[in-house]
Amino acid sequence: MQTTITGKAYVLGDNIDTDQIIPAQYLTFNPSIPEEYKQFGKYALSSVPPSQAGLPKGHVPFHTDDEFVSPYKIVVAGKNFGCGSSREHAPIALDAAGIEAVVAEFYARIFYRNSVNGGYLIPLECVERLCERVCTGDELRLDVAAHTMHNLTTGERYELKPLGEVAPILEAGGIFPFARKSGMLG
Amino acid sequence: MTPMTLTEKILAQHAGRDAVGPGDNIWVDVDVLMTHDVCGPGTIGVFKQHFGKDAKVWDREKVVIVPDHYIFTADKMANRNVDVLREFVREQDLPYYYDVGTDKYKGVCHIALPEEGHTRPGEVLFGTDSHTCTAGAFGEFATGIGNTDAGFILGTGKLWVKVPPTMRFVFHGQLPPYLMAKDLILAVIGDIGCDGATYRAMEFDGDGVYALNIEERMTLCNMVIEAGGKNGVIAPDKVTLDYVNARNKHGKAYTPVHTDPGAKFIYEKVYDVTKLQPVVAKPHSPDNRAAVGDVSGTKLDRAYIGSCTGGKLTDFRAAARILKDKTVKIDTFVVPATSEVAAGLKSEKIGSQTLEEVFLSAGAKVGPPSCAACLGGPSDTFGRLNQPLSCISTTNRNFPGRMGHKEARVYLASPLTVAASAVRGAITDPREYLE
Repeated sequence: MQTTITGKAYVLGDNIDTDQIIPAQYLTFNPSIPEEYKQFGKYALSSVPPSQAGLPKGHVPFHTDDEFVSPYKIVVAGKNFGCGSSREHAPIALDAAGIEAVVAEFYARIFYRNSVNGGYLIPLECVERLCERVCTGDELRLDVAAHTMHNLTTGERYELKPLGEVAPILEAGGIFPFARKSGMLG
Repeated sequence: MTPMTLTEKILAQHAGRDAVGPGDNIWVDVDVLMTHDVCGPGTIGVFKQHFGKDAKVWDREKVVIVPDHYIFTADKMANRNVDVLREFVREQDLPYYYDVGTDKYKGVCHIALPEEGHTRPGEVLFGTDSHTCTAGAFGEFATGIGNTDAGFILGTGKLWVKVPPTMRFVFHGQLPPYLMAKDLILAVIGDIGCDGATYRAMEFDGDGVYALNIEERMTLCNMVIEAGGKNGVIAPDKVTLDYVNARNKHGKAYTPVHTDPGAKFIYEKVYDVTKLQPVVAKPHSPDNRAAVGDVSGTKLDRAYIGSCTGGKLTDFRAAARILKDKTVKIDTFVVPATSEVAAGLKSEKIGSQTLEEVFLSAGAKVGPPSCAACLGGPSDTFGRLNQPLSCISTTNRNFPGRMGHKEARVYLASPLTVAASAVRGAITDPREYLE
């Protein structure tokens, strides 16, 4: 797990469900095949309504020069991020698009589990509602160990919630390496 | 000993502990793991990556594979994914596989599981689908997981879970003929919000619940995920046991579990079902509830009756009560959840017509059993919203893009309300068509 992540923010609102993160028509790709894993990056966030895509203004494309990888590294969102289906393709799509962390008020539990157990990205929780304080394109620096976020564009600093009990799983890189380390798997 | 809720007791038993409490992280033994064509290939990939290409699943009797999502499509990738399942089943010699194009084909996994005897009180069921919570209607702990967790289970038969606190919803009274379980669960989700049960169990109780048939109880538990719930559960009674025993053809022993007197709930709410109204969830969230009366007359382009939520025989019986001798004004799609439900449409009659004849003579289109357009799917999926249409649907989600086009507007409602709205071409209270 990276302890510091620096990159541009892509800002979304509340209840961003897994259909918006990766629409069902693309679930035919098999994430276990590397060339197909890459395809999820191309369609990540493709069902977010344009007015809600890249807040506060909206209508900001998630991809620019590269059709597979987004120039944004951190998603900042509101409540209940990743609600809806159990598709692991959702954190996979964000990972494939180059997202290293999400900062949301809280997560739907299956998305959170999948992010942690699959080791795709770091799901951080903010203390105050940051999706209305950060603008898409702002340069952010996350210090995961210190659970803080520094907005390098505005100079503001924010406290985040500690990762708590999932930190060891994320540090190990997911549930398999974690279970191996803790002696559950041979 | 500290009293426990039904959910806590099942989890404690499966962790080999005397007691657990909310917030405890525990490893549980899994009774059944279910996967399907959308998440199965990824799950199999995770399993092989971590346990080796020649690894065997932990217990072939406990794995159930149900292709159901993208079945009747020309999409090559979707068809390839079913081939991946087939190959895995052959290689592992798995007994419970319901293959496409054979007599064993079922359709929607959450309805197929109980029909084929894979749901039993007191068990722990994980599935790679968020609506796995449906099986809580049988008094078991059932929840959705991703590919990584499912791959882990395939190899070990275990998974870590955090014990959820339980919310209790009590329904009293006899359900009026114009209401269905769908109205009850939309009322609950409207009250607590689509994140109101995040990380929590939702237990349904009260004479209003035990008066429901098993399919209606499944509808209640099915949509707990739309409130963020980890699982929904209803204590087993005679209705449950009669259904389970008739279907438990593998003869597997099970032990019904009930909430202890004095168990602690984090939240409790009591409803008088006689005072509730038919409701819809407006676009674009399942908690965006409105009384049908408040949105009556809203123009629609399409109606859809199907899915794990609203594609069971009880749902079609209800819709047929309204559609009998009527004509639909808008495109209306009927998709039985499973082959057993499809057979029921052909055998069960209202007067001289079968349910299927009622739908066809009303002008509805009847498709083959699968998840179909509930979640959009490939562009040739039966009933998919390929245009920004307004649709009223018996399904479970109406987030942007869920049924296809991201600007489509989806209203969720009971089969009665959907059928009444199909006849008028606008949102309509079913009481207008019921005697």
